[in-house]
Amino acid sequence: MSDSMIIILTGAFVAGSCALLGSFLVLRKLSMLGDAISHAVLPGIVIAFLVTSSRNSLPMFVGAALVGVLTAFLVQFLSHRGVQGDAAIGVTFTTLFAIGVILVSHYGSAVDLDLECVLYGEIAYAPFDVIFIGDQSIGARALWVNGGLFLLNLAFIFVFYKQLKLSAFDPELAAAVGIPVTAFHYMLMGLVSVTTVGSFESVGAILVVAMIIVPAATAYLLSENLARMIGLAVLLGAISSVLGYEIASHLDCSIAGAMASVAGLLFSLALLFSPRQGIVAKAMSRRGLRRQVAEEDVLLWAARQRELISAEGFTMHELRDTHPDEIDRLARALSRLIHRGLLAADRDGFELTTSGREEGVELLRRHRLYESFLGDKLGYDTDHLHDPADRVEHYISPDDTTEIERVTEYPDRDPQGKPIPPSQKEKEKEKEREKESS
Amino acid sequence: MFGIFDDPNALWVLTGTTLLGVSAGLLGCFAFLRRRSLLGDAIAHAALPGICVAFLITQTRSLGPLLVGALIAGLIGAFVIQVIIKRTKLKEDAALGIVLSVFFAFGIVLLTIIQHSGAGNQSGLDKYLFGQAASLIGSDVRLMAICAALVCVLALLFFKEFKLLCFDSGFAAGIGFRPGLLDGILMTLIVLAVVVGMQAMGVILMSAMLIIPAASARFWTERLGTMIVLAAIFGALSGAGGTFLSTLAFRMPTGPLIVVTSSVFFTVSLLAAPRKGLIAKGYHLIATRGRVQRENVLRSLYEELEETGPGTRTVTIASVAGRRGMNESNLRSTLERLLREGLVIREPDGFRLTEAGLEAAHGVVRNHRLWEMFLMYEGQLGADHVDRDADTIEHFLPRETVGELERFLEIHGLEPRLLPNVHAVDGIDKAEGGTA
Repeated sequence: MSDSMIIILTGAFVAGSCALLGSFLVLRKLSMLGDAISHAVLPGIVIAFLVTSSRNSLPMFVGAALVGVLTAFLVQFLSHRGVQGDAAIGVTFTTLFAIGVILVSHYGSAVDLDLECVLYGEIAYAPFDVIFIGDQSIGARALWVNGGLFLLNLAFIFVFYKQLKLSAFDPELAAAVGIPVTAFHYMLMGLVSVTTVGSFESVGAILVVAMIIVPAATAYLLSENLARMIGLAVLLGAISSVLGYEIASHLDCSIAGAMASVAGLLFSLALLFSPRQGIVAKAMSRRGLRRQVAEEDVLLWAARQRELISAEGFTMHELRDTHPDEIDRLARALSRLIHRGLLAADRDGFELTTSGREEGVELLRRHRLYESFLGDKLGYDTDHLHDPADRVEHYISPDDTTEIERVTEYPDRDPQGKPIPPSQKEKEKEKEREKESS
Repeated sequence: MFGIFDDPNALWVLTGTTLLGVSAGLLGCFAFLRRRSLLGDAIAHAALPGICVAFLITQTRSLGPLLVGALIAGLIGAFVIQVIIKRTKLKEDAALGIVLSVFFAFGIVLLTIIQHSGAGNQSGLDKYLFGQAASLIGSDVRLMAICAALVCVLALLFFKEFKLLCFDSGFAAGIGFRPGLLDGILMTLIVLAVVVGMQAMGVILMSAMLIIPAASARFWTERLGTMIVLAAIFGALSGAGGTFLSTLAFRMPTGPLIVVTSSVFFTVSLLAAPRKGLIAKGYHLIATRGRVQRENVLRSLYEELEETGPGTRTVTIASVAGRRGMNESNLRSTLERLLREGLVIREPDGFRLTEAGLEAAHGVVRNHRLWEMFLMYEGQLGADHVDRDADTIEHFLPRETVGELERFLEIHGLEPRLLPNVHAVDGIDKAEGGTA
C-alpha cells in the first residue's frame, strides 16, 4: 500500500469513527462536550505514559477512556450543583487540559511526548510507524488502530441503534421504556475518548474535534432521516480526508488541518446550498413568494380595471398613478407576466391575454369571497375589508376558496355590492346548459 | 523567594497576567450570564487564522498588527456563529464547535505553510497556540495593559445596559435598547479580551480565564456588581498566583499554572461558599434531616401515649419504630439526642417522656396538626401564601386564623390532650409558647 493511501485511509477511518459518534452528539446538543473530552483526555494519556512508561496503546486507551468518562461525569456533577451547563464544560476541560500541559512539559522529555504532535498530529508520519508480527510487517499502526476503532464504533451503533436513536430524540420516553439512558450517555462519552486517543498520535486533537462535529452537522442540514444522516456524515468525512490530503500535498501544509478545513468548506456549501435548509434555498423561496405576490397584484388590478372602466388594456402611466409607491415591484412583475403568457404588450400599453384574464378574474373572485366572509361571517365593517383581503388573497388555496364560498352561502355580490364572478367550473356548466337549451 | 520583584522582566509578566485576569474575569461574568461561556473558547481558536494572515501580510511579529488580525478573525468567527444559530436548525453547541474547529484547522494550515516557507521559525507564531507568558516584554505588556484597561472601562460604562441584556433582553428591547447592538459590543469586548490574552495564555487556556473566575464568583453572591468585583479579584489572584508559582517551579509553563490556580479558587468556592457551596448545602441538609427526625420521634412518642392512655408513660423502641417506619439506628441516635436534651428518660423497657419532653412533644404535635388543618381548610381560610417549612404556625399565620384552626382541630377530635402536669388540661394557650 502506498504511503499516501495509508494516510488517506487513516484519515477516512478517523473521520468515519468521529462522524458515527458525532451524529449523536450533534443531535443531543452535546457537540461541545465532545470538544471538551478530546482536550481533557490529555492528562489521561500522560499519566498512562508515566505509569507504564511505554507507548503501548492499550494502557493509553484505558487511561483516556477513564479521564473522558470522568470529564463527562464532572460536567454532569457541576451542572447538578448549580453551575450552568456551558460553564461546567468550560471549567472542567480547561482545568484538565491545563493539568495535562503541565504534566507534558514537566515529564514530556522523559516520556517522549510532544505536545504539538498530540494536538495537531502529524498524520504524515503514519506510514512509518508499522506493526510487526514476528519479523513480518503487517502495516501501519495508525491504520490498524483507527480501522479497529471504526469497526468498534460501527458495531456499537449498529447494535444499539434503536436505543441511541430514542435517547437522542426523546430521552424521557427512552428512560420510561426502560433504556438505561445514563449508561448509554457514558458509553458514548467513553467511545468519544477512546476514538480521540486512537487518532491523537496520527491526526491530532483538532482533526478529531472537527470530524466529530462538522460532518455530522453538515449531514444534519442535508437530511431529515437519522440513518441517512449518519451515512452521509461518514461519507462527508471520507471525502474531506481524500480532498484534504490532495490539497495538503499541493500546498505543503498540515494534512490534518487541510482535512478539517475541507470539512468546513463542505459545511459552508451545505449551509448555503442545502436544498431545503440552505440559506440560498430559503432566500429563493422567499423571493419566489414575493414575485408571485407582485404578479397576482398586477393581474388582480388589471382585472378590476377591466371591470370598472371596461378598459381592454392599461398603460404604465395608469399603473404608476394608482401604485406610486410600489411601481418598481409591479413593473418587474409585468415582464414576468408577459413571459408567462398572461399579459401582452403593444405600443399603447398592456393587455391581459385570455388566460391572464381568467387568472385575474379568479383572483378577483377569491378577493371578494374573502371580503364577504369577513363582512358577513366575522362582522367587519364594509370599509375595513379591502386591506386584510388584499394581504390574505395570495395564500388562499382553491380548496379554501370553495370552502369559503360554501360558508358564505354562495354570494353573488360582496358586502360592497360588487359582483363576485362565477368560478371557471360554473361558467363551463352554464355554457353546457346554454348549449342544451339552444 | 521574592526575587520576582527584583527582576524587571518578571515584574512585567506579573503585571500583564494580573491585568489579564482582571479584564477576563470582568467580561467573563457577562459571558457567563448570557450563557456564552464557551464563546471565548471558540473565539480564541478562531483568532488563529487572523494572526497568520496578519503575519503573511505584514511579515512582522510585532504584537499590534497580529492583534488586529486576531480581532478581525475572532469577530468573523462570532458572526458566523450567529449566522449558523439564526439561519439553521443547528444549535449553539454545534455552531461553536464548527467555528472553533474549522477556523483553528485553517489556522494550522496557514501556520504550517508559513513554517514550511522558512519564515515561521523567526515568527514565533506557534507560541500563540500554548502561550508563553515568560516571553512577554515591556512593550507587549504596555499594549496588553492599554487593551485590558479599555475593556474594563467600556464594560463598566455599559454596565447597566449589559446587566439588562443579561437578565431580560426582551425588556431591554421593549424600552428602546437594541439587544443586537449591545450583544455585538459585548462580543467585541470579549474578542478583544481573549485576543489580548492569547500571547500569554495560549489559545485553549485563554478561555479558562473567561470562564472559571466568573463561575467561581457566582457561588458567593446573587448581585451582579459583587460578582464582577469578585471575578476580577479571582482573575487577578489567579494571574498573579500562577505567574508566581511558575517562577518558583522552573520548567512549569505559566499559562496552565494560572488556570490551575483559578481552578483551585473554583474548587474552594464550590465547597465553601456560604449558601451555594457544597459544605453549606450538606450542613443544611443534615441539620434539616436531624430536626425532622427529632420532631418525628417526639410525635411518635406522643401519639403512642395518646393511644395507650395517660397512665403509662413508657414507650418501647419497637412501637416507635413501627409507627413511622424509621430506621432503627437513626431512631436510637435521635433518642440519644433527646436523652441529652433531657426530654426523655431511659427505662428498663423503653423510654419515657419527661415533663419537659411532654411539653415539647405537645408543642410539636399541636403544630403539626394545626398545619394539617390548615392544608385541609386552606381554601376557606383564604391564605394561600405561607411557608410550609415553617417552624411554628403562630409565626406565619394571624392569631384569628390559628384560633379558627384550633376550632377545626376540636371538630375533628384531634386536639392533643396530653399535657404536662404543670399545665391545666384546658391550657392549650399556655402551651403555645412551647418550642417545636
